[in-house]
Amino acid sequence: MREGTRHVLAILLENEPGALSRVVGLFSQRGYNIDSLSVAPTHDETLSRLTVSTWGDERTVAQIVKHLNRLIDVVQVADLSEGDHLEREILLLKVGAVGGEQRAEIARTVSIFDGKIVDTHPEQYTLQISGRSDKLDAFIQALGSVSILEYVRSGIIGMSRSEEDILPG
Amino acid sequence: MNENAPLAEEAAREQPQLPQVSGGDALIRALKEVGVDSVWGYPGGAALHIYDALFKQNSIEHILVRHEQAAVHAADGYARATGRCGVVLVTSGPGATNTLTGIATAYMDSIPLVVISGQVRTQLIGTDCFQETDMVGCSRPVVKHSFLVKKAEDIPAAVRRAFYIATTGRPGPVVVDIPKDCTEPNQTFEYRMPEAHETEMRSYTPVKRAASDQIRRAVELLRQAERPVAYLGGGVVQGEAAEVATELCRRLHLPTTCTLMGLGGYPGSLEDPNWLGMLGMHGTYEANMAMHHSDVILGVGVRFDDRITNSPDKFCPGAQIIHIDIDPASIDKIIRPDLAIVGPADEVLGDMLKALDSGGESEEDVRERRLPWRERISGWRSAHGLNHHCVPEDETPGRISPQRVIQALYRLTGGSAYITSDVGQHQMFAAQYYPFARPRRWINSGGLGTMGFGFPAAMGVQYAFPDAEVICVTGEGSIQMCLQELATCIQYNLPVKIVNLNNAALGMVKQWQDMQYAGRHSHSTYSDSLPDFVKLVEAYGHVGARIEAPEDLEPELEKALGQRDRLVFVDIAVDPDEHVYPMQIAPGAVNDLWLSRTERS
Ligand SMILES: Cc1ncc(C[n+]2csc(CCOP(=O)(O)OP(=O)(O)O)c2C)c(N)n1
Ligand SMILES: [Mg+2]
Repeated sequence: MREGTRHVLAILLENEPGALSRVVGLFSQRGYNIDSLSVAPTHDETLSRLTVSTWGDERTVAQIVKHLNRLIDVVQVADLSEGDHLEREILLLKVGAVGGEQRAEIARTVSIFDGKIVDTHPEQYTLQISGRSDKLDAFIQALGSVSILEYVRSGIIGMSRSEEDILPG
Repeated sequence: MNENAPLAEEAAREQPQLPQVSGGDALIRALKEVGVDSVWGYPGGAALHIYDALFKQNSIEHILVRHEQAAVHAADGYARATGRCGVVLVTSGPGATNTLTGIATAYMDSIPLVVISGQVRTQLIGTDCFQETDMVGCSRPVVKHSFLVKKAEDIPAAVRRAFYIATTGRPGPVVVDIPKDCTEPNQTFEYRMPEAHETEMRSYTPVKRAASDQIRRAVELLRQAERPVAYLGGGVVQGEAAEVATELCRRLHLPTTCTLMGLGGYPGSLEDPNWLGMLGMHGTYEANMAMHHSDVILGVGVRFDDRITNSPDKFCPGAQIIHIDIDPASIDKIIRPDLAIVGPADEVLGDMLKALDSGGESEEDVRERRLPWRERISGWRSAHGLNHHCVPEDETPGRISPQRVIQALYRLTGGSAYITSDVGQHQMFAAQYYPFARPRRWINSGGLGTMGFGFPAAMGVQYAFPDAEVICVTGEGSIQMCLQELATCIQYNLPVKIVNLNNAALGMVKQWQDMQYAGRHSHSTYSDSLPDFVKLVEAYGHVGARIEAPEDLEPELEKALGQRDRLVFVDIAVDPDEHVYPMQIAPGAVNDLWLSRTERS
């Protein structure tokens, strides 16, 4: 059983070689959890922005934030879960899609979830769904017995909705 | 003047203003510019360009150790004793990995070090070429920060940043890994050391002053306390706050205890009724009792680590806790404070002194309020305090108690020597029985507990203070971990004194086995395979002495310490059955203690 609550952290990091390994190393070194991690440079190419989804009690998460701030390459850390925020994730899914009936059924489910069929083969579909992680989970549920051939998720990216909370990157 | 002079003059005129240097020269020059006078190191392939640059100058002295681990411990000892940044230079691969224990030791105790490692050529990185290791990767968990230099021109900036990071905020070791092609002698460039503001980092701003309302609240809480204790740690010593801390503790009449790392942060003394001695696992009865029964604890530069708190959930149940530290991550890591102040210890305590000056209850009234508390403490002290003035009651006739050796050292040195130590029973006896009156005199690996630290650290201290009395209190186990440095001491004339409390065993391990494993001494003894230390040190060209009889202890020690210009190794046969007490019983509260083999608190 997991204890504590889920937190989504946004981290601005110097876009330097080795910087990411310091962040990842910190989590393993201190026994913190990472559920998902996404990273890419921002519009300012000297900076990368990471979104880490982690869990723990308030005290643990506060320690994670403090230890992240202690890393020299970390410019700023925000716990997005403290306020109203947006979360998005992308799922790419290659599924078996054989016969008119099954293909139609899949297409229907995809459209209900506002997704896309992005590639097609006679007996396969590649699907793309984006949204909150729980929506992606629900989509997988809704697909039912369809056979999943390949599965990849981007990990969460997140941003605060507030006008004031800006991580300038 | 020779005939080429006019030509040379012309060439000089045409040259750009900034001198052309190689990466190796640039490194040495940059080190000089940031104030380095000495480097501890060991050469090898990837560092040879740097060593050649060292050869061509004489403002930085290089001390050649006999093992890279010792280079780091020596630079660390130098840093602990002086407050300056220690510097290490090693080659890639095995040279670099040999430094890791030393780097981890410095990291755990927040000691400022810059470790420069040669690296294989940039083009070869990642190819598993000869003597390649990923030094930045290997050292990552135990450094404050690290750099892999990408081009020669970046070396001065890397040096400036490394020293800035190592020495500011909560200090720590910084690694600078320099590929060999970056120090190539034939590739020269304009040397330019960036200005301090150019090397500022948006991602690193050490904390400055703390908020004044917290300062006032802390002072009020301490004034009003009935049963306060000040608990001072390594941050007080490393943060140059010993003097202000002492003044504050005195003016607030706070009974004061220091951690193993904090010893000397408040003047240890056998006469001061407010001096409680060390606290924690092998702390004094009165320190641990006072902590447990206190109503307000002032923790400064401390980590509340497990060697102090015993079980955190039973830690000082009735106390309100004020925690002052420079590192926000130290706050609420183990113990949640009632009042947290993040800032440099010297400034925070200085501000508290000012707040004291600006009115409030008189010092006399505060003192009055403390009297019953002081009474209780002196009750604990007389019941079970350390036996400082005479020999332990249960001493075995004919054997030398290790505690007596430390007491003798204290008398003979007037309490003012630099004492370095290793890890084990000898270390605890030194911490218990040598009250340090000043900061930076007790040089010890507290956080990592590194056997092998004491001797090279003593070399670093002796190098920094050639005329000072520097004594390494060690055990026959620990000293064998960096013994090769006896040769370095000949080469550089470092007349440290080594006092070996020889109990013919890994004594601390054996003690735990006595107490927790029914006396099964699994691989903790080796009495029939110990070297003859006297002959051994003589083989290196040093002086050795062996003491076996209690009556010889003081005169022989005095003789050894008297040889000020020689390294003297004093091998003392101490009682092998001695245990260190008090000892906290885990899991338990701070004051759950064994007081002797048979007696519990
Ligand atoms: C490098 C290292 N290895 C192992 C230990 C575990 N350890 C702690 S104390 C100790 C025994 C030390 O023996 P000695 O130096 O003779 O000191 P004594 O306890 O006998 O005084 C050992 C093995 C350690 N602290 N450091
Ligand atoms: Mg021993």
